[in-house]
Amino acid sequence: MTNLAAAAQTPSDTASVNERTKIKVRDLDFYYNGFHALKGINMDIPEKKVTAIIGPSGCGKSTLLRIFNRIYAMYPKLEAQGEVVLDGENVLDKSYSMNRLRSKVGMVFQKPVPFPMTIFENVAYGIRHHEKLKRKAMEARVEEALRGAALWDEVKDKLGQSALGLSGGQQQRLCIARGIALKPEVLLLDEPTSALDPIATGRIEQLVEELKKEYTIVMVTHNMQQAARVSDYTAFMYLGELVEFGVTEKIFTKPDKKQTEDYITGRFG
Amino acid sequence: MSAIYTRRHIKNIAAKVLATAAIIIGLVFLVWILWITLVNGISAFNWRLFTKITAYGPDGGLSNAIVGSLIMDLIAIAICAPIGVLAGTYLAECASSSKFGATVRFLNDILLSAPSIVLGLFVYVIVVIPSTSLSGGAVSFSGFAGSVALALIGLPVIVRTTDEMMQLVPTTLREAALSLGIPQWKMTLQVLMRAAMSGIITGILLALARLAGETAPLLFTAFGNNYMSVHPLDKMASLPVAIYQYTNDPNPTLHAIAWAGALLITLFVLALSLLTRLLFSRKKVSYD
Repeated sequence: MTNLAAAAQTPSDTASVNERTKIKVRDLDFYYNGFHALKGINMDIPEKKVTAIIGPSGCGKSTLLRIFNRIYAMYPKLEAQGEVVLDGENVLDKSYSMNRLRSKVGMVFQKPVPFPMTIFENVAYGIRHHEKLKRKAMEARVEEALRGAALWDEVKDKLGQSALGLSGGQQQRLCIARGIALKPEVLLLDEPTSALDPIATGRIEQLVEELKKEYTIVMVTHNMQQAARVSDYTAFMYLGELVEFGVTEKIFTKPDKKQTEDYITGRFG
Repeated sequence: MSAIYTRRHIKNIAAKVLATAAIIIGLVFLVWILWITLVNGISAFNWRLFTKITAYGPDGGLSNAIVGSLIMDLIAIAICAPIGVLAGTYLAECASSSKFGATVRFLNDILLSAPSIVLGLFVYVIVVIPSTSLSGGAVSFSGFAGSVALALIGLPVIVRTTDEMMQLVPTTLREAALSLGIPQWKMTLQVLMRAAMSGIITGILLALARLAGETAPLLFTAFGNNYMSVHPLDKMASLPVAIYQYTNDPNPTLHAIAWAGALLITLFVLALSLLTRLLFSRKKVSYD
C-alpha cells in the first residue's frame, strides 16, 4: 500500500471487510475562482451502499458531489486537482469521456427539474442519446425506469401528458427515473428532498432504500435525521475538509471527533 | 410612535397620488390616439379599401398597399427571425458573461434605437444601388430591399428578447440535461429552446408588430407603387408609405383613406399583441 492510500479515510468500523470500493477519492482539492473550497479529500465510497455527506452550509458537500460526474466543468474558473477513481479509472482525467462518465454516474438535483416534454419523453430523451432502441424496446425501458422510481402506477395512463403537470414529489421521482433509465452504476443525490413535503420526502427515502440494491448512492443532505434514517455510511464535512467518515450508526452515536459530535448534537451549524 | 406612522401614511398617500397621476397621463394619450384613429378610420372603412388599388386615387382603395405590406413584413420576419433567434441564443448560452457578449449586446442596443431613416439609407446603399448597377437598371427599388430594411428594425428586438428569455431558463435545467450526458448543442436546441419557446415567439411577434408600422425604412427601398405588385423585385406599395403620401395630399377623401389605413395597421398590431398575450398566459411554465 502506498502512503496515499493509507491516509485515505475508509469507513471505519465497517461491518463487513469484504465490501468493494466503488469510488476512491485521492488528495482531492477544488478551487472556486482561486478560493480553496475542498482541501485534500480522501475517501473510499463503498459499492451498493448509501453514503450520506453532511455538514453545515458552505462546507463543500455539494461541491464534492458535483465533482463525481464533472458537472462543475460547465462553469468557467473552477478547477479540481487530485483523483476520483471510479472502477480503477480516474474520471478527472481529460481522456475520460464525458459521455461515458455521465452514463455511469447519474445525478438528481435539489429542485425537481423535468424537461418541458411529455412524461414518456422525459425518460426516453436521455436513453435516446446513448442508445438506438426500437419503439417496443424503448417503451419497455421507460416502463422499467418508471417502475424503478416507484412512479409507474401513478403515471402509466398519462405518459403523453406534460411532465410539468406532475406534483413536486412525482417530478422528483421522474428525475430519478430519468437518471436510472441510463442504467448508471452510481447515483448522486444533491439534497433530493429539500424542496418536497414530508410525505413526498418519505417516499423518496423509501425509494433510496430500494435503489441501493442496484446502485451505489451518494447523497448530500442538510437534514441529519435523513442521513441517520437512510444512509449506511456518513461523511461529515466542515470548511472544505472531510472531518470524519464512518458507519452511520457510529457517526451518530459515538463519533471520534469532537467537531462531529458538536455538529450532530446541534451545537453549531 | 404614532407621529412616525402618520408621517409614513401621508408619504404613502402622496406617492400613490403621484404614481396614479402618471399612469392616467400616459393612458389618456394612448386612449386619445386610439379613439381618434378609430373614429376617423371607421368613417372611411368600406369594401373598396380591400378591393381597389391606390391608382384610382379618391375612388380607389388600399389593396395593393395591404398586400405589399403583408409580403414585405413576412419576408422581413423570415430574414430576421432565424438570425435573431440564433444570435440571441449564442449570447445567452455561449457569451453570457464574456466581454465579446457584452460588446455585442451593447451594439445590438444601438441598433435597437438607431433612427429608422438611417437604416433605410443604409439599405439603399447596400441593396438598391448595387442591384441597379448589376441588373442594368431593371431592378432598383424593390420589395425585397424594403424587407431587408424592415428586417434590420426587427432584428435587435428578436436578439434581445431571445437572449433574455434563454437566460431566464433555470441553470438547474442545464445541469439536469448535461448530467445525462447530453451535449451542449443538443441541450440548447431540444431542451432550453423548448423551455423558452413561448418567450421567443413573443419576441418575434413583437418584432413583427414593430416593423409593420415603419415608414421611413421603406421610402428609399420599396419606394411605393400605385399598382398591385406581388413580385419582391418590383417596387412595392405598403400601408405606412401610402398613409404618408395621402396625408401630404390636399384632397380630404385621401385623408379619410389614410385614416382607414392607419386603423388597419393599428388593428393588426393590436391583434399581434393579443396573440402574444394569449401565448404567454396559456403556456406559462414555472420552475420555481
